[in-house]
Amino acid sequence: MLEKVVYLDNAAATRLDDRVLEAMKPYFFVVYAVATSEFGYSQGIEARETLDKARGIFADVLGAPPEEFIFTSGSTESSNIALKGVALALGEKKGKHIITSKIEDFPVFHSAKALEKQGFRVTYLDVDNDGFVDLDQLRESITDETILVSVQHANQEIGTVQDIETIAGICREKGVLFHTDATHTFTRLPLEVKRVPLDLITVSAHTIHGPKGIGGLYIRKGTPIAKWVDGGFQEFDLRAGTENIPGAVGFAKAVELVTPEENEKLKVMRDYLIERVLAEIPSTTLNGDRWMRIPQNANITFHLVEGESITLHLDMRGFAVSTGSACFSRSLEASHVILGIGGDHERAHGSVRFTFGRYNSMEDVDGVVEALAEVVRELRNISPLGKEKEQEED
Amino acid sequence: MKFPYSEKVLEHFRHPRNVGKIKNPDGKAVEGSPACGDMVAVYIKVDPGTRRIADIKFESYGCASNIATGSIITELAKGKTIDEAKKVTWKQASEALGGLPPIKVHCSVLAVEGLRSAIQNYEERHGLVKEREPTTVDVVRKRLRKVINPMSGLNLVRTNLVKDIEVKDGTVRVVIDLPGNHQFASAIKEEIVEKIEHLWDVKKLMVEFTE
Repeated sequence: MLEKVVYLDNAAATRLDDRVLEAMKPYFFVVYAVATSEFGYSQGIEARETLDKARGIFADVLGAPPEEFIFTSGSTESSNIALKGVALALGEKKGKHIITSKIEDFPVFHSAKALEKQGFRVTYLDVDNDGFVDLDQLRESITDETILVSVQHANQEIGTVQDIETIAGICREKGVLFHTDATHTFTRLPLEVKRVPLDLITVSAHTIHGPKGIGGLYIRKGTPIAKWVDGGFQEFDLRAGTENIPGAVGFAKAVELVTPEENEKLKVMRDYLIERVLAEIPSTTLNGDRWMRIPQNANITFHLVEGESITLHLDMRGFAVSTGSACFSRSLEASHVILGIGGDHERAHGSVRFTFGRYNSMEDVDGVVEALAEVVRELRNISPLGKEKEQEED
Repeated sequence: MKFPYSEKVLEHFRHPRNVGKIKNPDGKAVEGSPACGDMVAVYIKVDPGTRRIADIKFESYGCASNIATGSIITELAKGKTIDEAKKVTWKQASEALGGLPPIKVHCSVLAVEGLRSAIQNYEERHGLVKEREPTTVDVVRKRLRKVINPMSGLNLVRTNLVKDIEVKDGTVRVVIDLPGNHQFASAIKEEIVEKIEHLWDVKKLMVEFTE
């Protein structure tokens, strides 16, 4: 097994909370029936009650009736259901135009691309240098043909939080459905459908110390949405498949375990890292807005060095982080988010994302900042650009 | 701990050899790939009598495989005659490093090209180059052999991705047998542009994809 690492990639996955595992265990070994067996035997009834209870937690947090929330296998599936489900329900009836942003995470981005191939027209809204979508462009882009607007609550890489109230308001006023991917904000920032007129919300357990393989989709009552995953009649006949009851229980427990104090602690670590890096390491730029960002995310470009080299050096020193460099990605493409906010390849090339979680501490921040200072200095020493830069400064 | 690279790659990544610049080099080159964003600079000093590489240094703005390959080629080239050093291949560099992941080929091939370009630069500066060659279909094909298909780590020609090449009145048209929205389409296109666009008699370059 691996030695202890300081894990700062909590946007990709999180360590499961032990209390979540404890909550899930009985549903693997004792009550392992599924809710659809409720009319067959008593374990089925218990499964049904357990699932309802888990669903109730989400209803409370979102301020919605429980029948408006379905469990899925994660955010990827949730966003696929949202976009393709609405497209299938309204494409022929109302129109074939969808609006999203240039910096969405892949589930929304690639669902939109897939719909384009099916004859839908997609508008990808521009974002400014901090990653905020152009609200005027949104207003102007909505036509009678528009069936759905999908704009993320916060960005997966640079952490910028959108003005979701205004966007939802615009959509409501124009009578267009609004979906948001809240994978990186759910429980970290308030999001209540009583207050904000959202029609569809993607959430996932894997970002909040819950298990992988379980997520959810909020669907406001009356939202036209076609069933996308066919099979049985589970999840109000909106998403077929054997109910993942241990997953649902674990997800609900994970939601209950997030506290305002924890979110405050994450924010303190985030701000401490940003302030130290920008002050102590020369030629660094913060990506995303300084204040309107999720509590757990910092994203910084270290100019004149390449991100994969930074991550590998940090890994050797026991720190796990992620980068928007093309060299790091399987597609060899630089982060579409950094390019979307007007950054060039160089800015994406040296961008490093730090995302905090429950098991991080201020000592971890000190450790990674010190390691970074050393690694970045070493890499700049061997960089042809680094030398030129120094000479210019001389 | 587990790493995606061989011990040898990690060793050169951690402690790259012959790093830096040479003052008043006899030959130098900077190779960069916009597709990946990586850059390598290579500097050489050549013994005028023996034409052997007396000193070589490199700099890298790149990922681990880029740094490690830069380091290993300096070791492979040092002491060789320029004609021998010109023949150092990516394969030799990769083998000396205990292998590189196929997807990383395009980052690492840069260092090998950097070495060749630095030698070419030396030859040009010392009157050792022949006439400029006109761009023909064969020249284009030869250049496309240097563009790596990231799916296999082998070049485009060898993996049968080059469907058609046309050269007419300074216009070069290359057709690649991949859909335009393929995962690697834009990376491949950028590398083709980089290899061909600057040729002295090429006025226009069109890279097309099937579908």
